[in-house]
Amino acid sequence: MGLLSKKDAKLITDPLADNNPITIQVLGICSALAITAELKASLVMGIAVLFVLGIGNVVISLMRNIIPSKIRIIVQLIVVAALVIIVDQVLKAFAYELSKTLSVFVGLIITNCIIMGRFEAFALGNGPWRSFLDGIGNALGYAVILIIVGFFRELLGSGTLFGIPVLGDPIEKTGVYSIGYENNGFMLMPPMALIIVGLIIWVQRSRNKALIED
Amino acid sequence: MGLKSNLHNLKEKYKGTKMAPAFNAIHTFLYLPNETTHGGTHIKAADDLKRTMNTVIMALVPCLIFGIFNAGYQHYAAVDAAAGVIREASLFGNFLTWDNFVVGAWTVLPLVIVSYGVGLIVEFIFAVIKGHEVEEGYLVTGMLVPLIVPVDIPLWMLAVAVIFGVVIGKEVFGGTGMNILNPALTIRAFLFFAYPTWMSGDKVWVHEAVERAGTADAISGETILGAYAQNSSLAGIDYMDMFFGYIPGSVGETSKLLIIIGALFLIFTKVGSWRIIVSTLIGALTMGLIFNGVVDAGWIGESSKFYGLMNVPFWQHLIIGSILFGAVYMATDPVTASQTNKGKWIYGFLIGFISIMIRVFNPAYPEGVFLAILLMNVFAPTIDHYVIQGNVKRRMKRLKVKTA
Repeated sequence: MGLLSKKDAKLITDPLADNNPITIQVLGICSALAITAELKASLVMGIAVLFVLGIGNVVISLMRNIIPSKIRIIVQLIVVAALVIIVDQVLKAFAYELSKTLSVFVGLIITNCIIMGRFEAFALGNGPWRSFLDGIGNALGYAVILIIVGFFRELLGSGTLFGIPVLGDPIEKTGVYSIGYENNGFMLMPPMALIIVGLIIWVQRSRNKALIED
Repeated sequence: MGLKSNLHNLKEKYKGTKMAPAFNAIHTFLYLPNETTHGGTHIKAADDLKRTMNTVIMALVPCLIFGIFNAGYQHYAAVDAAAGVIREASLFGNFLTWDNFVVGAWTVLPLVIVSYGVGLIVEFIFAVIKGHEVEEGYLVTGMLVPLIVPVDIPLWMLAVAVIFGVVIGKEVFGGTGMNILNPALTIRAFLFFAYPTWMSGDKVWVHEAVERAGTADAISGETILGAYAQNSSLAGIDYMDMFFGYIPGSVGETSKLLIIIGALFLIFTKVGSWRIIVSTLIGALTMGLIFNGVVDAGWIGESSKFYGLMNVPFWQHLIIGSILFGAVYMATDPVTASQTNKGKWIYGFLIGFISIMIRVFNPAYPEGVFLAILLMNVFAPTIDHYVIQGNVKRRMKRLKVKTA
């Protein structure tokens, strides 16, 4: 890591594992449950949050000395809202079908606790470069979980990945469907996303006992 | 040197190693252990977990045997019906026959074997990893599961559901005695939501109905509840057939007579709570009466999609579907039910009430019983909390009056 000092590199690697925003801090759960039925939607959602959090953290960090602390939440909301509208309009222009799948959840990035949490906890007290790294790290940590959940839900629920059938054709009965396999409809429902996130948390904490709270 | 001492030697040999719980489980399942407890005061009681579990299993065995014969009977009856012959059910004439038994055993016993095999493997793995003894909890669950699924459910689906139910429904909470949801119903709920085409509709309830669909030999496998939910007319329904159980349905839930006998057995041995059973039935009847009243008042016309089930005379709700089975064997599960006596009345009443409500208002889930029980499982601790708080408040008041 010639580019980043050890301390800076930790800003990116920490949220990916031992300080993951979803599995450890349990933030941003709603969108993780709602849009992970398809892998593509999970990926796009991850990129959208990456964009908003990366740039938002830098903007807030640059303004951190001039924001009066009484109205800082309002200023933060305006920054997120502006960035989210950009994402929403870009999606509507270039990926209309996908933006329909994501529906209100792009707009609801504004209320995603991870973003406000990072603004409050990090960007208000650190310089732009470190804030940028922190934003990228947390957004990646969020995206990784979304992609894992989306992978299992789409594979087991619809038998596809990125919309491409990988297990054969369920109607023509080819591939694994010829031996009696069937798609698991439960995987397409939000409760199953909660259970998968729970299983990830379980695996993570049994590998690293230090993460278990009392 | 019999099997017992061999097992004892094995147990001694593996003492303190990782696999110890597995050998202990086999030994104590078959025999009394050689050791006695040492040190401290202890209470000797005959009603341990194993006795409770065995009592429930004994109460379930008649249902299982009936289910085996019924699976065969329904198969042949449907084949006859397709050929234009209507059967008149009679116990010794055409029910307890060798043919019925062969077909039934061939379809039902694999369900039992898969349920117990997969479930116990999961239990053993968890016991070995976590280093505690294998618990008896799965013995009843493993027996209940084959009784509450359709006969033709693919075995791999059952296996997946059992793994899900035991791990998510029980082990993550800490094993037997710690679970919030009834594991058997968790398994059924998983199957219902994951593979709805195999758990509902008019094909899955009779052996081979799915395979024959669309061919010249097609047979019908519709349940009475399903027919009511579809508003279709039910010519020639015999209430005695419904009571004795000569109807299509999940394996073990059709014979109301045997369920009532099982219920009396559970109440007599004090394993099942009569309060829960009675209040569940009262709840179901209350909701049935309300719906009958709505129809009588003319608020719901025959064109309504709810008319079919709302118009069912209230007492018939008890003999169609599996409300009775749920009330006797599922709602009374001592771990997931309410613990206080007053709480048991509330808990049971709401199960019955909500079951019939789901049954009528959601034609997609005519069998609302399992959903109602799972819902009330979640609320059982809350009910207990308020019952106990009410008790505490009343006593505090009494105390203040005295001291004042």
